[in-house]
Amino acid sequence: MCKIVKKEILVPNTIYLKVEAAEIARKAKPGQFVILRVDEVGERFPLSLAGWDEDRGTLEILFLIMGKSTMKLSALDEGDCIRDIVGPLGRPTEIESYGNILSVCSTFGIGPMVPMIKALKEKGNKVVTVMEARDKASLFWEDRLKSVSDETYVVLGDGSLGKHRRVREFITEYLESGNKVDRVFAFGRIFMMMDCCRATKPFDIKTIVGLTPIMVDGTGMCGCCRVSVGGETKFTCVDGPEFDGHLVDWELLIKRKRAYLREEAQAFNLWQPDNLRRIAELSELPERISVM
Amino acid sequence: MALGYTDEQALEEASRCIDCKKAGCKDGCPVNIDIPEFIKAIRAGDMPEAARILKSKNSLPGICGRVCPQETQCEMTCNLAKKGGPIAIGRLERYVADWERDHPEIAEQQKERIRFNGKKVAVVGSGPAGLTCAADLAKLGYEVIIFEALHVAGGVLMYGIPEFRLPKVIVQSEVDYVKSLGVEIKLNHVIGKIATVDELLENGFDAVFLSPGAGAPVFLNIPGENLSGIYSANEFLTRTNLMKAYLFPEYDTPIQVGKRVAVFGAGNVAMDASRCALRLGAEEVYIIYRRSKVEMPARLEERENAEEEGVIFKLLTNPSRFLGDGRGRVRAVELHEMELGEPDESGRPRPIRKPGSEFIMEIDTAIPALGTRPNPIIPSTTKGLELTKWGTILTDEASGRTSKERVWCGGDMATGAATVISAMGAARRAATDIDKYLRGSTEWS
Repeated sequence: MCKIVKKEILVPNTIYLKVEAAEIARKAKPGQFVILRVDEVGERFPLSLAGWDEDRGTLEILFLIMGKSTMKLSALDEGDCIRDIVGPLGRPTEIESYGNILSVCSTFGIGPMVPMIKALKEKGNKVVTVMEARDKASLFWEDRLKSVSDETYVVLGDGSLGKHRRVREFITEYLESGNKVDRVFAFGRIFMMMDCCRATKPFDIKTIVGLTPIMVDGTGMCGCCRVSVGGETKFTCVDGPEFDGHLVDWELLIKRKRAYLREEAQAFNLWQPDNLRRIAELSELPERISVM
Repeated sequence: MALGYTDEQALEEASRCIDCKKAGCKDGCPVNIDIPEFIKAIRAGDMPEAARILKSKNSLPGICGRVCPQETQCEMTCNLAKKGGPIAIGRLERYVADWERDHPEIAEQQKERIRFNGKKVAVVGSGPAGLTCAADLAKLGYEVIIFEALHVAGGVLMYGIPEFRLPKVIVQSEVDYVKSLGVEIKLNHVIGKIATVDELLENGFDAVFLSPGAGAPVFLNIPGENLSGIYSANEFLTRTNLMKAYLFPEYDTPIQVGKRVAVFGAGNVAMDASRCALRLGAEEVYIIYRRSKVEMPARLEERENAEEEGVIFKLLTNPSRFLGDGRGRVRAVELHEMELGEPDESGRPRPIRKPGSEFIMEIDTAIPALGTRPNPIIPSTTKGLELTKWGTILTDEASGRTSKERVWCGGDMATGAATVISAMGAARRAATDIDKYLRGSTEWS
């Protein structure tokens, strides 16, 4: 059981949690993830680590509400406990002196980017960060990324900020105008990472992506998270989660990620009554509103 | 499916035992249970004594009585085996274990007072090997902590072997027994990640016993294998047994089975997966195996049970590729017929592809059950641990010692995939050697 010590709703569908997990906090490294099970009937699912505090024994995670499991997690409050957290899993990011780094992130990928940029900076790299969000209202942690990066740019999907709507446009222009980049790291939505790889491919810049396929055990035992990288089958949980984005079979990744869409919708819809009751309890709404 | 004995049946079976002077059964048991003695106690109607004899050599009798391959062990070496059939030792073991579970007060009375000897042992993994080693050492007075990667204890007994063959309440009660000996089980602890073996040795553990289990699933290595609807047997069984996908959506983990299921391979795990698929609602379940019936590695009993339940065996057949539905799901498998040639290095006849015999079989789900490769997490994070060419940890069979001082190993990580009882036998030998070493009566090398 891991107690939630801090909860923040960053933007309407994105939640930040700080939880007690001292042993994991002692060993965590940038790029690693944990597997959670919210309650006794819960499924096991991975979330990247957005930070850790060895002295206080806490972990930080940040997630997008996408289905039943993340909704259940978001319904927990400060003082509540998460049933199981196991980790740190996966291989840590290879942090070296690369030179100029472009770090690209969106939504839940913004979390793990923070400790990674810090580690890259410690190795003497120059880090330029590009954040992508749908619109101003879904943007968060801009200040946090600014405080750790050398330069920070924001790209908004509604075009309300500057001329770019997607990171790909930004990256292409950034590279075409002669900026030297030695390595790119991209964390976030699959489409964003895929887009990012398309932009860096013509310039032949190594682009590391953090993949988030469906997992069960997370320790290499089941093979559910298998992906194809350079024509070879890899297990994301033990061989990854980071891979060379130019070698990833994106189509396969997307299809495997969508394999349970029907079941996910079914589980989520059937759970809604419980969910509403729980939210009502938290916000002390009158009884008649809490029942459907 | 095998059902338990009634009191009358048990007494009748126990009465057949001729109590041989040279009991072959005992030599056939990997953990050397005093078989004639516990059967004698059943005959005398002294069930507490039968339970005591059993438990003194085997901490997990309810499990062994159900999943041991007795026909190649105690029952094969039973002196009655040649004369009309061996004593059903496995059934009797199960009968005594079930009786004991119904009489917890007896176990409580029989529990010996344990005095801690001040030494600490870490056990990695809470499967059959880990539980056995931990129980043996705890009885000798060691402080034992088991580190388990998953969120429940039991290892393969929980995630692998299905409920209908080994009810989880039985695993739970045997885990509880091990805990009652003073063993602590830390769940959600992946050794190699949250702490390395070297860190355990530096931080107060006098010895480490490694029993992390089977590891990484083997796939067929043919085109289309990453389509959705293709599960490793490990994933299929884990979703079903550990995550209780058969209770979806009450439980959150889903599983997709469809109408036609093809299981590849013919070991015990393939039998478990195929029988699970039937219970999950599949209409036709096929076992597809490239050799013939006589080479099938599964126990005869498992095979018969699968056949009885309606699993269809397609022998001398091998897949060459999977075909998708255009949306990333498996739709069919291309198979071809095989014939048997000269024996290969395993001693079994080599299967050879029959030219021009290809055909397509429509399927909804495919489950490769082809065994496992050792999981690299512990070997890659532990200094000075020698491996075999198969990637398992190099282990002395008699003592369980590895190439690294104060580290022992047992179970599938030492031998490759094997049975529950052979893992328990190895764990018992390792526990004996750990005790000898920590008491200072033997040197490391």
